[in-house]
Amino acid sequence: MQRPPHSAARVRLVFAALWAALIVLTVLSLIYGRYTLPWQAWWRVLLRPADSGMAGIVLLEVRLPRVLAALMIGGCLSVSGAAFQGLFRNPMASPDMLGAYAGAGFGASLGILLGYGIVGIQVLAFIGGLTAVLLAWSLATSISRFGGDPMLILILVGIVVREAGMSLVRLAEYVADPHGKLAAITYWLVGGLSAINRHDLAFAAVPMLLGLAPLLLLRWRLNVLSFGDEEAKALGVNPWMIRMVIIVAAAMISAAIVSIAGMIMWVGLVIPHMARMMVGANHKTLLPASFLVGSCFLLLVDDCARGLFTLEMPLGILTSLVGVPFFLFLMFRTRMGRA
Amino acid sequence: MNLCVEGVMAGYGRKAVIHQVSLALGAGEVLCLLGPNGSGKTTLFKTVLGLIRPMAGHISVDGEDIGNWKRARLAKTMGYVPQAHTPPFPFRVRDVVLMARAVHTGVFASPGKQDLAIAEKSLERLGILPLANDLYTELSGGQRQLVLLARALAQQAQVLVLDEPTANLDFANQMLVLRHVRELSSDGFGVMMTTHFPDFAYLCASRVALMKRGRILAMAGPEETLTQALLEQAYETPLRVVEAGEGMRVVLPRLQ
Repeated sequence: MQRPPHSAARVRLVFAALWAALIVLTVLSLIYGRYTLPWQAWWRVLLRPADSGMAGIVLLEVRLPRVLAALMIGGCLSVSGAAFQGLFRNPMASPDMLGAYAGAGFGASLGILLGYGIVGIQVLAFIGGLTAVLLAWSLATSISRFGGDPMLILILVGIVVREAGMSLVRLAEYVADPHGKLAAITYWLVGGLSAINRHDLAFAAVPMLLGLAPLLLLRWRLNVLSFGDEEAKALGVNPWMIRMVIIVAAAMISAAIVSIAGMIMWVGLVIPHMARMMVGANHKTLLPASFLVGSCFLLLVDDCARGLFTLEMPLGILTSLVGVPFFLFLMFRTRMGRA
Repeated sequence: MNLCVEGVMAGYGRKAVIHQVSLALGAGEVLCLLGPNGSGKTTLFKTVLGLIRPMAGHISVDGEDIGNWKRARLAKTMGYVPQAHTPPFPFRVRDVVLMARAVHTGVFASPGKQDLAIAEKSLERLGILPLANDLYTELSGGQRQLVLLARALAQQAQVLVLDEPTANLDFANQMLVLRHVRELSSDGFGVMMTTHFPDFAYLCASRVALMKRGRILAMAGPEETLTQALLEQAYETPLRVVEAGEGMRVVLPRLQ
């Protein structure tokens, strides 16, 4: 059975549907919550936000930052996941594969151990994530100087750096006071948006947008890179430059995300596959589509995290619980389509 | 256009694989590289394409040394056609051919209408325009090889470098590819290709370079190079060259 070709008209239709879904989900996520806002309160918040009282606080200080964070995190993670899959020519690649999550997790744990305030922890997490990726990159570069497939070496070194980072996280957990800081570390790493506020969002938005821009700008060149280094070179493209820019950009995104929301797993791996089914493999359309699908997905999962049970579910766990069966479903669908 | 390789030594790390290789390729010529596995054909290709730097010797185009050329300039001069392969993602044929336009497009840009027209013209020239919307990963090996050839054409380079374009293809597809190679050379492209079949060199080569252990054993027209003595010396296996009438010759390998 031939899969449907992704004609230009169909791709335009998919994008229109995704934008519509994103707008609807954003509005619904703003409306939805424990504290029900009457319609009059909405007008007051929109027209005179300064003296809108409780409704204003709930909407502008609690829900809006959370919804924007979910939208940005879901979108940015999916775009960097799609970029990594193209760059590594590997459908199992995900944004945390070079140690960004582990490094940022260790940074955050260290900040908590040292008794830093929230900003200090966030800054350490961000620095930790970036450092891990740059370490993996420079180690891999110096090893591949002696020959071998540079991408394979980078993947292997990434695994090593990730494991080292996770060991340091476990060490931090081991030495942490079990009645105070251990819980704080666990709570931080498990990932969630429940405590997010305007300042967190502002802190992470800058590196996320700075990382997103080069990924989107270079997206068409990713097509060339996904055919391998030799062909890219013969086609006149310098793979090293583009690869470095993309890896640093994705590292900034991942580190920023862990610093405000903990480790949100599986989104960056699963969403690009879903987007690829909708618009095809061409990175020119795949990356924007990944952003929209990822935004919608995380908004939806975060709404579930808020409302499924009386106790709020950690978002990081929920994304894995939803992501794993979904990935299996995609695998079944693809194989069955071929048989 | 005149590609000239003079006294080139090249290899990996410190180990040289090819030594003292000299050859020339002009417009409208098909140069076939023939030789056993490990004789340095691929290394020679990579050196010519600028993927590895020669340790000694020069490569020049129209008298200008290409050693310091930027990737983009090399890509505008030489188009590479790798062996048909399967990329990990199901790109459409049109998108695969459009990749050739990277060198003619800004870093942050993507190809425009004019690039699309060039890509479609390349597909049409090889008779595969109807495949433009199909998924590259679901094509047959022969079709995939033609798509990669179309990509090299869309690059608008005058030299085409083909790495075993007939490998893994059935009989009819092999001939289809060779027919296109001949047509392209008579349109003025300079073609350099490797093959494992001396017969294919008879069919389409204007010149043949016979390689062995990193050196060129003989280089001349197919009649002079593809002789029993030289082929047996290169491949170290008994064979016979047979006249098949109408000026055709075939190589018959023998087990004893």
